[in-house]
Amino acid sequence: MFYREAGDFKTRYVDDSQTFPIRFDRWRYYAVLAVAFGVVPFLINDYWANAVFVPFLIYAIAAIGLNILTGYCGQVSLGTGGFMAVGAYACYKLMTAFPEVSILIHVLLAGGITALVGVLFGLPSLRIKGFYLAVATLAAQFFLVWLFNKVPWFYNYSASGQINAPERTIFGQAVTGAATTPAAKYLFCLVILFSLAWLARNLTRGTIGRKWMAIRDMDIAAEIIGVNPLTTKLSAFAVSSFYIGVAGALFFAVYLGAAEVGEAFGIQKSFLVLFMVIIGGLGSIFGSFAGAAFLVLMPVLLKNLLVGTLGWPTDLAAHIELMIVGGLIVLFLIVEPHGLAQLWRVAKEKLRLWPFPH
Amino acid sequence: MKKRLTALAALALTCATPALADLNIPNLSYRTGPFAAGGIPYADGFNDYFTLLNERDGGIGGEKVVVTECETAYNTEKGVECYEATKGNGALVYNPLSTGITYQLIPKVSVDKIPLYTPGYGRTSAANGKIFEWVFNYPANYWDGASDIVNYLLTENGGDLKGKKIALVYHNSAYGKEPIPTLTALKEKHGFELIEIPVDSPGQEQKSQWLQIRRDKPDYVLMWGWGVMNAVAIQEAANINYPMENFIGVWWSGSENDVLPAGDAANGYKSLAMHGSGSDYPVYADLQKYVVEAGKASGAGDQVGTVLYSRGMYAAMVISEAIRKTQEMTGHAAITAVELRDGFEALEITEARMAELGLPNFGQPFAASCADHGGPGQAMIQQWDAAAKKWNLITPFIAPDDEVIQPLVDADSAAFAAENNIAERCN
Repeated sequence: MFYREAGDFKTRYVDDSQTFPIRFDRWRYYAVLAVAFGVVPFLINDYWANAVFVPFLIYAIAAIGLNILTGYCGQVSLGTGGFMAVGAYACYKLMTAFPEVSILIHVLLAGGITALVGVLFGLPSLRIKGFYLAVATLAAQFFLVWLFNKVPWFYNYSASGQINAPERTIFGQAVTGAATTPAAKYLFCLVILFSLAWLARNLTRGTIGRKWMAIRDMDIAAEIIGVNPLTTKLSAFAVSSFYIGVAGALFFAVYLGAAEVGEAFGIQKSFLVLFMVIIGGLGSIFGSFAGAAFLVLMPVLLKNLLVGTLGWPTDLAAHIELMIVGGLIVLFLIVEPHGLAQLWRVAKEKLRLWPFPH
Repeated sequence: MKKRLTALAALALTCATPALADLNIPNLSYRTGPFAAGGIPYADGFNDYFTLLNERDGGIGGEKVVVTECETAYNTEKGVECYEATKGNGALVYNPLSTGITYQLIPKVSVDKIPLYTPGYGRTSAANGKIFEWVFNYPANYWDGASDIVNYLLTENGGDLKGKKIALVYHNSAYGKEPIPTLTALKEKHGFELIEIPVDSPGQEQKSQWLQIRRDKPDYVLMWGWGVMNAVAIQEAANINYPMENFIGVWWSGSENDVLPAGDAANGYKSLAMHGSGSDYPVYADLQKYVVEAGKASGAGDQVGTVLYSRGMYAAMVISEAIRKTQEMTGHAAITAVELRDGFEALEITEARMAELGLPNFGQPFAASCADHGGPGQAMIQQWDAAAKKWNLITPFIAPDDEVIQPLVDADSAAFAAENNIAERCN
């Protein structure tokens, strides 16, 4: 009934190769965009922005970034937290050194700097694979956190080693700093996420994405058919780190407002984003969104349910929450090892036939 | 997308708003994670004191106090979420017991106009009320603490620390780094050598740090630790046979939970104390009667009288006194957060008032003013007696070296003011 292709005629090649070839899918996509851009900003308040939407949007950017590297190009990375820290500190240094330049440019530049760092740490991927690469990127994680803790230049010699985001505006609206309205925060992150997700979707559909997937599926075969592993792997590292850097910059400047590297960008952040990618679905842009939503919303939801509605003691609720989220992760991976994106794909296939499955 | 929307709809249903209370005080506590050993007694003391006021006096000025607890696990992201979740219910004051969360909240409370009370932690330069209008950290802060310890060591060494080696073992975070500027300035002044030894959070692994201490043989080891890090450090110090009486922690590294795991080896360990502890104060009789025996104690109820329980109670006591002051000033009982700020600024705690509250000789008297949000910054030294399982106070209150600290506070707050375009008040 839904997702029917009957009556959906395509008369041009462009129609055939568009991102959402099924009409229902396309309208659903437009509807989500319309709600996200046209409705949510008018309803959002501080709590919804800071506890739900802004972290979701930022983690979605990071998850897309890691998905490009791990899901599409097959290079396992445990350095996500470290690369987010590069984005955050780059953004901080740029914000304080050039206060007159737009914050949007700083965020993108921070992504660019992270891309360079990512390429540097991606170099070993030409020699090592799998678990060994994971360990090499883990080294990046620890090295970067140590670096930002050790060298006072990165935090402008502040007494506590904290970095604080000063107020910066776009079109006269504050987007960083404490006076930011929830709608401004939300829209700033949403615009960046939308553009980056759109870009990622199209990158992965094109030549470069096909090269990444060729390397992922079998690197030797890919090399034989003419895919250059050097440029392909390094481009995956660069693009992925760019996304993660932008996410780190937003995480610090828009979401937290003040950050301390060991706590905000520690190893647990790397694992969190990796879990998002695995639970959401490797090699899927939608999966990145689903994984980020699952891991950001589930704890907040459970906390509100257990403490707010049921009135449990906070410590018991916090422990149960960890157990439930952990249990759900295991359950999801047993029921559907390819993640939420695969569940979604299966659901779509079923809906296409529904109500006449035979 | 569909999943997300369903989840959001479910979330909207579960966001039940608590009833608007007369005096709503959120307690951003942590009872889970590596810092729970410190978070639990503090939160219990904080809650129990307000329960006592409600049960014994019917609240403050006739208004009941409602304490809403929110679990942060000492994590800044969860701290921000808790702040946003609780501030809508007319929250009067925040006391997050985390320097990291305090740094997050300082800009937010200044915009939302809610006072932030951080006794003995947080951003030290917030003591300068000319810049930090909404933040209060009396009676003492980290820089005072660092100076108190050095002054204590000066008296121990006949006023001369020249050529002495002092190591600082610190939690590698905003909290642990706080005393470094003061100690560096004091190093210049008194001519001792400072060795900085960071311990990464949470601090369960400190072998290499204590190896370095064994090699360098510092005369004194100072510690800025919290949670599990404290107990591990004291155990490691015992393992290398470091003389415990030369090992001095800040007030956050001086609770029963920190020394008990090391057993007899912890005997003689010293720490700062900004208030007395133990249950010999008259207020505990009331607590026992109205809270513990009535079955209304917070948590497991097994922390009463411990150091950090006393500190949570002390924070609650200061907040309740500020509320009382505000009620006097405004003439009505149902005060707002903005009015409470004025109360905090006009607050004066005298020894007579403390005795009246059932806490004679418990803390130092102080009086806040528009410019002074930091208090006198004195602290005592307490020493652990492992056989009796008891902290003994071995000095009276020691005053910090304001000559060194005030310029540092002025410089740091001026930098904050310049970064955020804040004009000086109180002129």
